[in-house]
Amino acid sequence: MTAPVKPAKAKPVASDRARAETRLGQKLVAPAIVLMLLVTAFPMLRALYLSTFDYALTAPDDRSFVGLSNYLTALTDPLFWQTTGVTVLYMVVTVAVELVIGFIFAMVMHRVIFARGVIRTSILIPYGIITVVSGFAWQFAFSFQNGFVNGWLPFVGDDFNWFGQTGSAVVAIMVSEIWKTTPFMSLLLLAGLAQVSEDMIEAAKVDGATWTQRLTKVILPNMRAAIMVAVLFRALDAYRIFDNIFVMTAGAVKTESISFLTYRQTIEQFQLGMGSALSVLLFLSVLVVAFAIVKLFRVDLAQARQES
Amino acid sequence: MKNRIGLVVGCILIMLWCLLPVAWIISLSFKSETAITNGSPGFFPSDGGGAGWDNYRAVWDNEQFRRAIFNSIGISLIATLLSVIVATLAAYAIARLEFRGKKAVLTIALAIAMFPVVSLVGPLFDMWRAIGLYDTWPGLIIPYMSFTLPLAIWTLSAFFREIPWEMEQAAQVDGATSWQAFRKVIVPLAAPGVFTAAILTFFFAWNDFVFGISLTSTENARPIPASLSFFVGSDPFNRPASLLAAGAVIATIPIVVIVLIFQRKIVAGLTSGAVKG
Repeated sequence: MTAPVKPAKAKPVASDRARAETRLGQKLVAPAIVLMLLVTAFPMLRALYLSTFDYALTAPDDRSFVGLSNYLTALTDPLFWQTTGVTVLYMVVTVAVELVIGFIFAMVMHRVIFARGVIRTSILIPYGIITVVSGFAWQFAFSFQNGFVNGWLPFVGDDFNWFGQTGSAVVAIMVSEIWKTTPFMSLLLLAGLAQVSEDMIEAAKVDGATWTQRLTKVILPNMRAAIMVAVLFRALDAYRIFDNIFVMTAGAVKTESISFLTYRQTIEQFQLGMGSALSVLLFLSVLVVAFAIVKLFRVDLAQARQES
Repeated sequence: MKNRIGLVVGCILIMLWCLLPVAWIISLSFKSETAITNGSPGFFPSDGGGAGWDNYRAVWDNEQFRRAIFNSIGISLIATLLSVIVATLAAYAIARLEFRGKKAVLTIALAIAMFPVVSLVGPLFDMWRAIGLYDTWPGLIIPYMSFTLPLAIWTLSAFFREIPWEMEQAAQVDGATSWQAFRKVIVPLAAPGVFTAAILTFFFAWNDFVFGISLTSTENARPIPASLSFFVGSDPFNRPASLLAAGAVIATIPIVVIVLIFQRKIVAGLTSGAVKG
């Protein structure tokens, strides 16, 4: 056994070699790039193009150029703003609740010494379950005919119809969404917790800091990057909410999200022109949300995500 | 002592949170159809309201359901395999080579992970119909691949960074050919990472719903989540809750098995790509 040889990580000396490395690197990433762009950039450009037409698949010959009027129609329609409002509501409430519950779960999982495997396995089950299945499970649970929720909750009548009006239907959808995605949040937070140095917490303890002080002055500030990444990813995910709404209410009683509206226009009503305009608006609003979160929390994505 | 009790209570709460809805859907799948039609609000099947394995038998005898399971398994496995191969090449390049455009690759991957899937469905629907990919396996495999690539690339490049690559040269110094060095030293170290990326990719493909309902129209390619949502029993006006529950349980089994076997790897994969300071 030789002692581990440590050749200084090849800093390209010869420019020939650097160029060869660049070529090889680009060749290796090319398939991934092509695939990712084929299914995103190209269709997005096509959506941009289609959105300027009045184009329904049911009457393809009547396709006509209408400029920006699809956008104008969408942006002046109260339905568009209502779905956007509901979507933002879904996003804000679910992410806030998940952050709190996920953090508590992460704290428990971080401290616990027994039954680690069992707990990790159970927390992965909601993560792995198909969203459609969890949507059904919760829809039936909230059903007044066949569900247990009404019987368990003391403050609602046994025949309360959760899917009868907007407020309670939105709550039911949020419950399903929160159940399914909290584990993801708590795993990301658990990884963040693991990076907070125990020494610092001990030191604070010795200095007489209370539990709350340790939490707000030591633990949370040191987890900032992890929290931000978790919030950003969950928020963008929640903004696209679709599966649960499709399964639980099919968009009835004004529970429709902006994703759902886009889907309905494009696939159910074959309005490719209008649907494309909505797609572009949805894409732009996701960018706005992402930008707002990144700016608001000053997340350095490159640092948090990849480039160490 | 107080802490310990808190922890135990916390653990019980976590378990309840995670498993209660699962227990509920299993319980629902054992209720008989008549009990459901008459209303059966209890958590467990009431006396005489149980169905034994009837719902499972009925679902399994349903040709469409079997096709959907077969489609889901086939499509998810192929998408996973191809996506992991492509991602491994890219992640290797990102972790080991210096090249121009590296930042761009990571940025594109990040942007795609945030992409609202629904906004692509319209144009893809149109394109796939034009080139004949609509309602076929490749018509789903291609979008699954592109959307699982970002996650696979991050997970893998995070794993690859941890590999002490010098060991490869050490093996060569010891007389191994470069292929031997790669195969005997690097492959065993990289395998767990590749494997983790594969599991996460499979989860994504198995879970997908938007592409599944928009890019298919028949049982040719319709995957299980889409098929479940269109599932109607003998009576089209009454959603067959107990049958659906049985179908849902069957569709969940592969995921639960994977979770049971690979839980440590999945946790490592989910967190290693995400939170690396």
